[in-house]
Amino acid sequence: MSISVKVLTRPIDEVSYVRATMKGMALTFKHMINPHKVTVQYPEHRDPLSARWRGTHRMLTNEDGTAKCVACGLCPAVCPANCIKLVPGEDEQGNRYPLVFEIDEFRCIFCGYCQEVCPEEAIHVGRHYENAEYSRDGFVYDLERLTAQTHPVCEMWDPADPKGE
Amino acid sequence: MMMGALFPGVLPPMLQRIVDPQSPPADLGFLGPISVPLIYTIVKMLIVFTVYMVGVALLTLAERKISAWIQDRLGPNRVLKGWGQPLADGVKNFMKEETLPDAVNKPLFLLAPALAFIPALSLWAVIPFAAPLPLPWGRMDMVVADLPIGYLYILALASLGVFGIVLAGWASNNKYALLGGLRASAQMVSYEIAMGMSTIPILLLAGDVSLGTIVRQQEQNGWHVLTLTIACFIFLVSAFAETNRLPFDMPEAESELIAGYHTEYSAMKFSLFFIAEYANMVTASALMATLFFGGWTVPFWHAVNNAPWAAWKTAITLGAFLFKVLFFLFFYMWIRWTLPRFRYDQLMSLGWKIMLPLSLGYVVVIAGATLGLDAVGVPRTPVHGWPLYSLCLMAINIVLVVLLFVVADRGRLISPASTRVRAVELARLRAVRQRSALAQRPVVAAVGRPASGAGD
Repeated sequence: MSISVKVLTRPIDEVSYVRATMKGMALTFKHMINPHKVTVQYPEHRDPLSARWRGTHRMLTNEDGTAKCVACGLCPAVCPANCIKLVPGEDEQGNRYPLVFEIDEFRCIFCGYCQEVCPEEAIHVGRHYENAEYSRDGFVYDLERLTAQTHPVCEMWDPADPKGE
Repeated sequence: MMMGALFPGVLPPMLQRIVDPQSPPADLGFLGPISVPLIYTIVKMLIVFTVYMVGVALLTLAERKISAWIQDRLGPNRVLKGWGQPLADGVKNFMKEETLPDAVNKPLFLLAPALAFIPALSLWAVIPFAAPLPLPWGRMDMVVADLPIGYLYILALASLGVFGIVLAGWASNNKYALLGGLRASAQMVSYEIAMGMSTIPILLLAGDVSLGTIVRQQEQNGWHVLTLTIACFIFLVSAFAETNRLPFDMPEAESELIAGYHTEYSAMKFSLFFIAEYANMVTASALMATLFFGGWTVPFWHAVNNAPWAAWKTAITLGAFLFKVLFFLFFYMWIRWTLPRFRYDQLMSLGWKIMLPLSLGYVVVIAGATLGLDAVGVPRTPVHGWPLYSLCLMAINIVLVVLLFVVADRGRLISPASTRVRAVELARLRAVRQRSALAQRPVVAAVGRPASGAGD
């Protein structure tokens, strides 16, 4: 057994540097004068997001403006990135509500399990992606900020049958 | 010229004639003893420098636009629809931090960007860029300094360009920068020889080293690209290597050397290397146009190329020259965004084993041809408007180009690394490997294989 290099005999028009160069030059020139360009002028023009896009979270609210969340604890339990902090509270009628509800968007992997698991359709991942901040603290969204979001939510579920009944 | 004009009586007469061959001491009233050529030269220097720098700035935009178009993008289109991009880049580079690492050799580190830029700029002094302009105070030659040794001046200064890069690489005290500088020196020195050799046929035809003569000779006898195509090709390839543009951008080689020789440079010092690259491109394009494509002359329009001179002739010929230069600049960019980088050993073997022998052989062929044509009695100047001499050379040229194309078309010019090992050596290596334990292991597995495809 020895080192052997397989030498292929190819036709000249495949191995010729001259022709390959010419071919390449023609190709790039064709692309240069081709008026169809792929650039999207981003801030002015945005490609539409998929209905199933999972982005920045949003907490839906009741008619009175309070969060729909009942602090059941399912979303912090299911969260694989462990980015949801929930401290439950209870009012005089025995209704549970979140005292603290924070999502660390830095840790979040946007899997959408929180939306999937929520029995009240309260927490959602949204069709939104521009969430730059000047400091790392800005990425921890509290309840107030989550309810204040207005962007459309991810439609993993059927809006006509929100509770899956 | 300046010295002679300023101190007419001080220089010895012979030196006076060399530095200022045609100074007519005109009486300009309040300007007194300052002669016209000096003012002309200063005006031309200012104009050429300004146009050159603005052009280089716009070239960076052109490069980005063309690269974008070739990649089906749009390119810079924000600052003033993209036209303000060079300005924005300039402002950015002025605002950025100037880094000066501790370990650098400070004087050389600071000197290198200037050294990279100055040779390219000073080459423009001898390139004629338009027909002479008649003015009330005398004729203004459209060349900053019509040196009688123009071509030698170019060879001398072009070879200085490597110093900026080598010094930058060495002074940076950075291994990548040093590697870039080393590659640059090897590459530029190698291709300089082929470049110089490729232009000797031109000197044989022109019989003079002044660029003005070379342009006039092409006006009479046709462009050198038609009679000396192979020289033109060698010059083109060498010019790419000399300006460190792809496919010869070894000194930078982003994927291997970070940024090569200017790894440690930032802000305006980096920008100066950038400007130097484009300045070199402009100069190489102008040389290409002057040496092989008739300079500022317009083909087949003898009226505009010859005296009596007029302002409109200057304008038209200037346009012709700009067109030629811009075409080559475009060609540079087109090549850059098409061809991949050579491997280093391919670069060297191309330079030393192909370009140099080819150019040397070509010098011999052209010298033989001119000798033969002169012996037969073909006149160098056109006969009844027919440049017989050039037509004969063109016939030889066609044969040579076809020959070269057939050879180049074989696809074995730039060999792979394995062919650099001699056959005997290969057999020895294979025998060694066969004896080694490493090769013994898969014997059982190899039994079933067909003999032809065994092993790798």
